[in-house]
Amino acid sequence: MDTAEIIVTLTGLALSAFVIWYFFFSARQTASAVSTSSGVQEVDITVKGGYSPDVIEVERGKPVQLSFYRDEENSCSEELLMPDFSIRRDLPAFKTTLVELLPQQAGTFTFTCGMGMLRGSLVVK
Amino acid sequence: MEPTTKTETLDIEGMTCASCASFVEKSLTRTPGVQRAMVNFATEKATIDYLPAQASPATLKEAVVNAGYGVTERAPDTSAADRQAEIDQQKALAYVKLKRRFWVATVLAIIIMPLSMLMLWPAMMARVNMQWLNYGLLVLTLPVLLYSGREFFTSAWNGFKHRAANMDTLIAVGTGAAFLYSLAATVVPGWFMRRGIMPEVYYDTTATIIALILLGKVLELRAKTQTSAAIKALMGLQAKTARVVRPDGQEVDVPIEQVQLNDLVVVRPGEKVATDGVIEEGTSAVDEAMLTGESLPVEKKTGDPVFGATLNKTGSFRFRVTKVGADTMLSQIVKLVEDAQGSRAPIQRLADKVSAIFVPTVVVIAILTFVLWFDLAPVEARLPLALVNFVAVLIIACPCALGLATPTAIMVSTGKGAEHGVLIRNAEALEKAHQVNTVLLDKTGTITRGEPAVTDFVPAEGQDAAQLLQVVAAVERQSEHPLAEAVVRYADAQHAPAIPATGFQAIEGKGAQASVNGQAVLIGNFRLLDEAGISLSPTVRRQADELLGQAKTVLYVAVNKQAVGLIGVADTVRDTSAAAIKRLQGMGIEVVMMTGDNPQTAAQVAGQVGIKRYFAEVLPSGKAGKVKELQAEGRVVAMVGDGINDAPALAQADIGLAMGGGTDVAMEAAGITLMRSDLQGVVTAIELSRQTIRTIKQNLFFAFIYNTLGIPVAAGLLYPFFGILLSPMLAAGAMALSSVSVLTNSLRLRSFSPAKN
Repeated sequence: MDTAEIIVTLTGLALSAFVIWYFFFSARQTASAVSTSSGVQEVDITVKGGYSPDVIEVERGKPVQLSFYRDEENSCSEELLMPDFSIRRDLPAFKTTLVELLPQQAGTFTFTCGMGMLRGSLVVK
Repeated sequence: MEPTTKTETLDIEGMTCASCASFVEKSLTRTPGVQRAMVNFATEKATIDYLPAQASPATLKEAVVNAGYGVTERAPDTSAADRQAEIDQQKALAYVKLKRRFWVATVLAIIIMPLSMLMLWPAMMARVNMQWLNYGLLVLTLPVLLYSGREFFTSAWNGFKHRAANMDTLIAVGTGAAFLYSLAATVVPGWFMRRGIMPEVYYDTTATIIALILLGKVLELRAKTQTSAAIKALMGLQAKTARVVRPDGQEVDVPIEQVQLNDLVVVRPGEKVATDGVIEEGTSAVDEAMLTGESLPVEKKTGDPVFGATLNKTGSFRFRVTKVGADTMLSQIVKLVEDAQGSRAPIQRLADKVSAIFVPTVVVIAILTFVLWFDLAPVEARLPLALVNFVAVLIIACPCALGLATPTAIMVSTGKGAEHGVLIRNAEALEKAHQVNTVLLDKTGTITRGEPAVTDFVPAEGQDAAQLLQVVAAVERQSEHPLAEAVVRYADAQHAPAIPATGFQAIEGKGAQASVNGQAVLIGNFRLLDEAGISLSPTVRRQADELLGQAKTVLYVAVNKQAVGLIGVADTVRDTSAAAIKRLQGMGIEVVMMTGDNPQTAAQVAGQVGIKRYFAEVLPSGKAGKVKELQAEGRVVAMVGDGINDAPALAQADIGLAMGGGTDVAMEAAGITLMRSDLQGVVTAIELSRQTIRTIKQNLFFAFIYNTLGIPVAAGLLYPFFGILLSPMLAAGAMALSSVSVLTNSLRLRSFSPAKN
């Protein structure tokens, strides 16, 4: 093994470790819903290559209104799926789309883009 | 008549303080026709009671504007169709842009390719300056990367910031690496030469990958719009205007959004019914195929319900609006189909898990591929080989095929189902339906029509059948008893002319009497005649016994104190039942019947439609128990029912199918709702489910196999054994085709048509 090989090998392994940590184990941006006077829990979510925030905490049994603002034209994010709530919604670019739901059970429910690449979760407490 | 008031809610704009609210309130109250106005500062809403004769929403709005404030149009009220139209417009625009990017990439790639292959013609090579050629290629590749391929990079970067990786990440890293290497080889070739490496460039690879991936995207987008075609067609059915009859009798065309409950609406032949309601006047035949899949027009008369979006064929009629907007049958169907398309099939679970970790995993595999090639390949070729295989791995991996496999098939098939009057609640129901091996039918209302019909009309010896039917119908026309209605329907079907009857009198629990053409007519059960002292001849008595033996209800007819005929009435088997049951049995499904009737009747109906196993004398409360009993035998049971007392059984079954005109409760408990009252729908539902699941399995198999074979080959696994390496350009082609293949396979479901008997 020459020097170049050692450098490439070490860099490669380090990069792999970084990719695994960065995508799977690093901390996520979490937000709790804000309850309005009418008792609706509201959360604004920006969609741009992902969902920010991507972990949303809400309370059980109260209506939730999620406002998805899609801040890009990229076709990846054009569909929003919340299979646990039977929701499939097209998100128009540069527009806000309201999604209303009533979480009845506690748990973590994933929402994704049409192909399951972009992911976020709704944590019902 | 007391004038009725209407209530209107307006969203007020521009109120900055509580006194503004009272100002708006005053202004509204002063408007002619307004009886009461209330303005809430906090919610910025005004609620106004007004007389529709003197004021209208427009004059109210004017009053607010005159007071110096604005009225916001209620945004959430935009119809689903409008929202869809906007999304469609955006998608069309995106498609045009995508196509332009694709063509730019393709044209440039076509120029770049032969230029990069000049080394194949050594004579030519000798004449061109390599350095200049590389710069030329760089200039040609830049637009491909920066214009056509920009979206891959922005999307990958946006995703990276969110710790999310998608397909664009793979493409961006792959093409980016190839481009940067080429850039270095172009600008500082000396650095490569000093290390004994030929400064090769990969501009052709970069450009071709982008062109091919864009081709895949173009094809994918085109196919994807077709997956939701059915639901768009449904939304498009909505009528745009309605012809409303004003209280003064004037007919006005108004936009559909302004139609309100209890409005009277006129529908002429050839027009669409605007919304749901009940006919008040007129008769017609209405084509309801768009909602129920029933191809024959349905006869409608006063008191019958009509549904928005159906097509009026022959007559004109007026109907009273009972439902508008989101409550109409059409909106509910659209909602149900939309919900189903948003649901997740359990079969998808594995694919979902894989998708979630797919891209980062592929990136790691690609990095390791690079390292291994760099470490193991001969020194002079190690860098290009490591790079090419690194790029190939990134490009061939296709998470899209996995992600598209299930949802596209579900979308096409739920839409297709709606077209045939089969509404599927969710993907799970669709999946469950394909495993069904036993169908349990509730006899009444599913196999049979669920309403009595005349099966036998038996005049006594020497009686003229046609004349007797006229007389009988004359009496029964006055009655409201379901049996009487059955007789009238029968008479109408035989085109018996209507003649008048006088002195009609219903005799509770026995029948009715009236006088027709001066003759005293009695129609009813045996007791009615018996108590009137009328005896039956032995022949009539024998005929009556025969009908009773067939589990039919017998009506006795007497004219002038003499028994003159019998009418047999029974719940009749639908014309399509036997054929549909046979078809189900042909699909390897055992069909079981249950009924509250006695064993003789049950046996008779079962025999008539070819059912071998049945439960008789089942109490309504015992229906769910029978489902459990079958499930305990290890069967996957589909329960088909129609009424409220079926709901527990529908819920207990592995999959419940509620039949048309079914109650909301039954529909709620059912996984599948059949809009048409016909067992053929059960066949359609199960066939559709079987085909859909087959398609999904093919898709998933393909997607998994493609990736599990493609990635190792791209990494160069075959090289040590066969000397095969996959060019990144071929990888791009394979990747573009893979997601399109999955989509195309799902779209094949569009040609589904239920087997006709």
